[in-house]
Order: sequence, then structure tokens, then C-alpha cells
Amino acid sequence: MKKRYFIPLIYILFLMLPIYWLVSMSFKTTGEILSGFSLFPQEWTFQNYRVIFTDPTWYWGYINSISYVTLNSAISIAVALPAAYAFSRYRFLGDKQLFFWLLTNRMAPAAVFALPFFQLYSAVGLFDTHLGVALAHTLFNVPLAVWILEGFMRGVPKELDETAYVDGYSFPRFFVKIFLPNIKAGVGVAAFFCFMFSWVELLLAKTLTAVQAKPIAAIMTKTASSAGYELGLLAAAGTLTIIPGAIVIYFVRNYIAKGFAMGRV
Amino acid sequence: MKTQNQKAWLFVLPVLLLVAFNALIPIMTVVNYSVQETFGNNLFFWEGMGWFEKLLHSDRFYSALGRQFFFTGMILAIEVPLGIIIALSMPKQGFWVPVCLVTMALPMLIPWNVVGAMWNIFTLPDIGLLGYFMNHVLGVSYDMTQNPTAAWATIIVMDVWHWTSLVVLLSYAGLVSIPDAYYQAAKIDGASNWAVFRFIQIPKMKNVLTIAILLRFMDSFNIYTEPFVLTGGGPGNSTTLLSIDLVKIALGQFDLGPAAAMSLIYFAITLLVSWVFYTLMMKDD
Repeated sequence: MKKRYFIPLIYILFLMLPIYWLVSMSFKTTGEILSGFSLFPQEWTFQNYRVIFTDPTWYWGYINSISYVTLNSAISIAVALPAAYAFSRYRFLGDKQLFFWLLTNRMAPAAVFALPFFQLYSAVGLFDTHLGVALAHTLFNVPLAVWILEGFMRGVPKELDETAYVDGYSFPRFFVKIFLPNIKAGVGVAAFFCFMFSWVELLLAKTLTAVQAKPIAAIMTKTASSAGYELGLLAAAGTLTIIPGAIVIYFVRNYIAKGFAMGRV
Repeated sequence: MKTQNQKAWLFVLPVLLLVAFNALIPIMTVVNYSVQETFGNNLFFWEGMGWFEKLLHSDRFYSALGRQFFFTGMILAIEVPLGIIIALSMPKQGFWVPVCLVTMALPMLIPWNVVGAMWNIFTLPDIGLLGYFMNHVLGVSYDMTQNPTAAWATIIVMDVWHWTSLVVLLSYAGLVSIPDAYYQAAKIDGASNWAVFRFIQIPKMKNVLTIAILLRFMDSFNIYTEPFVLTGGGPGNSTTLLSIDLVKIALGQFDLGPAAAMSLIYFAITLLVSWVFYTLMMKDD
């Protein structure tokens, strides 16, 4: 083994420590946690997980989160595809300005938007719905999806489009049959990023929901404050929020490096 | 070469409508509040530039802004060099590449308040792994809820833990795109490691690094959930970043006017700095 590999090794160890601690705590009883320090759970318990899987307020939190995250990714990709195509292929009046304006929405502090979002979504009747949260999260996901997809589409030579038209393809047929398969990796990467940012965001999701669409992360915060010091339960719920992310990364692992370059290395 | 075609606007229209709904209406609401005073019951009075003037003369605003800049500065100063070093020492191919990538990406996919809660559990003085290690093994007195320095160190280490991987993965993507021929040529010329880094690797990583810095700037400047869950802005006000202060005023005290004025100034600063980065980045394209 080369000596320099110690650097990533130590870094990964550092990344895993807090995660290990969370997972190990989720298998401890509250009594054991509060009674003192122990590196491993002394008596393994699945009680914390049992509570989460049997109490509807807990497991519905997961269902809610996954519903709006999926919905958000679908909407973001669907609207971003044609826009990214336009940015990568054509020059039009105000294109550069529009592109920057889209990016500015990625820069807006969510704290700025929390209150007006609450009023807007209440006014249009989308408060406390999955669709409401999904639409709100497009604020920062659509610009990102356009940015990533544009990078990938620029890598596809323009001759491809022209050849298809010569062969008599109509635009929609060309787009779906020929163009999309060429940027498959880009779509996967963009969907991954949409999933990621919608899954981890809490401030807007919490502000826009009450009961019906409340995300798991918000239920955790509430439990942490109301039920006192239920550290084991909190740790178990936290551990479960890591799993969907881990599954998604596993599927895109071969595209991760390229994806992070947003197609423009 | 791109062709001129105004019909391209039709393709952009769905995005435009969606983002306009999400961005323009709320931002106009904020502008509207920022020039009015309210006493509840939907009664509003014209306030003009009053809130902005008060804010620009308030010490509380400047100290929160100062803390936000300090935080972002520290984050960029630590995460960018560290990320590059890690990316440079990662294996280029083989079994360990996906293992590294997956484990490194993991922290970024954890919900932000879980990150805060996880670090809270991790640093509890007597029962957290780090807290126990510091207090009982190293013998350093370490308690985030009492000591501002410890609180600052913890939120910075937490963010390094959370986001350094973004810089690593971006730089790594830049590095693997360098053809082997470049390295062979450098070897023949007898170039030092430093020369390879300075004249081959840095120029090739420039694009992705600018994206990394831009994203890290925007996200660390807007950070709210993680430090709020971890320290709640305390002890005292020592870790009350601008975003935490803003939410306190807007949703805690419901002072809509001052909160709106603060939002606009906050947004304007983020926009200005990002615009400078963006123009620098797009200049060579």
C-alpha cells in the first residue's frame, strides 16, 4: 500500500466516527445512554426501532419525506430537460442573464423564503401537501438540474441533432429516442442531486407542513424537544434517515465522480 | 457554434413559470414587508427606508454578519485545501475508488438537522464519543454549551465533516480527466511534484474548483439548520450567525418589517459575492 493512501483512510475514519456513534447509540437503552460512557452497546436493544416501525406518526414521516422527494425529482427533471437543451444549443435574447437569474435562486437563503412561502402556499391551497413541498423545493433544485444537464448536453456533438433531422425524425421523437439515451448519465446525476437536496432540506419542508405531509426530520425535532431526553429513539430515527441516501449513492457510484464535475471538466 | 433562435424561449418557459412562482412572488412579499410597519390584525403602515436605516446602524446586525463572514471564511480556508489534498492522494483506479466515493459522499446525504443532532450526541461531555475523549482521556475541559470557543470549533469541524467531500469529489473529477500522456511528458521533462501540481493538475482542476468554491460559499453563507440544532446560537449569542438571527426575528418575534429588510440585505450580499465568482468563472469559457 502506498504511503499517501493514509490521508483518505484517516479522512474516511473521521467521517465514519460520528455515524458510528449515532448507530451504536440507537441500539442502546435510554438507561444505558444516561448512566455513562460505553464504546459498544452493553445490552443490545431493538426497542427504539420497534417504536418507530409501529407508531404511525413516525413511519408516516418516512413515507411523507420519500413521497415529496420523489415528486420533486420528477418535476425538476421534467421541466429542466427542455430548458437545458435550449441553453446548450441555442443563443437567444437574454439567455446569459436568465441562466444567472436561475442560479441566484440557488443562492437565496431558505431563511429568507420561509415566511413568504408559508403565506403563498397557504393562499393557493397547497399547504401541508406533498405537492406543495415538492414545488417549493424546485426553487433550488430546478436551477441545479438545468446547470448539470446543460453541462452534459454540451458534451453531445450538435451533428447528432442535424443527422437525426436529415433522417426525418421529428423533434419530440429525436429527443426521446436519440438524445435522451445519450445523456442518460446526466439525467441520473441530476436526479441524484435533486433527491439529495430535497431529502436533506428541512426549514422549508417544516414550514410548509403541519400533519399530512410532515417530513421525518421535522418529527424528530419535535420528539427531541417534547419527549425530553429520548436519545436512543432520536438516534434510531436519525440512523434510518441515512439509509435512503446510502441506497441512492450506491446506485450512482460509478457516475459520482463525473457527476460532481457537472459534465464540464 | 450555437445558433440564434428566439423560439428557444418556449423550451425555457416551464422553468421560467415555475421559478417565477417560487421566487418572484415571495421576494415581492419580502420587499412589501420591508417598507411597512405592522401591529398585527393585518394593519400596515408605510415605513419607507426606516427598517434599512435602523438595521445599518445596529450593532446586532453587524456582529451577526461578522460571525457569518468569519464562519464562511474559515470554511473556505479549511475545506478547499484539505479537499484538494485528499483528492490528490486518492487511488485513481481499482476496487477502492467506489468505496472511497460512496463513503465520502455519505455525510452529504444526511438531513441537515440529523447532522446537527448527530454532532450533538457525539460531543456530549460525559456520554458522547468526542466529548468523553476530550474531557476524560485528553483531560481538556470541553463543553459546547458553556464555552464559546468550543462551540465555534465544533460547528466548524462539523461543517468540515459535512461538506469537505464536495470539494474532494469535484477535485477528483477534475484529476481523473487528465490524460496519462500529460504525466508521462512531465516525467520525461524531469518535472518535480510541485511543478506537476502547479502546471498540470491545478489548471485542469480550475473549472471544477471554481464550482466547488462557489457552491461552498453559497451554502456556508446561508447555513442555518445544522448550527441551529447543534448550538442554538449559543452559548449566549456567540454562534448566532446571520441566518439564525434572521429566523429568530422573523418567526420567533414575528417582526416582519425588520426581518424582511434584513433578508433583502442578506440576499444582496450573497448575490454580489456569487456574481463576482460567477463572472470570474465564466470569463474563460
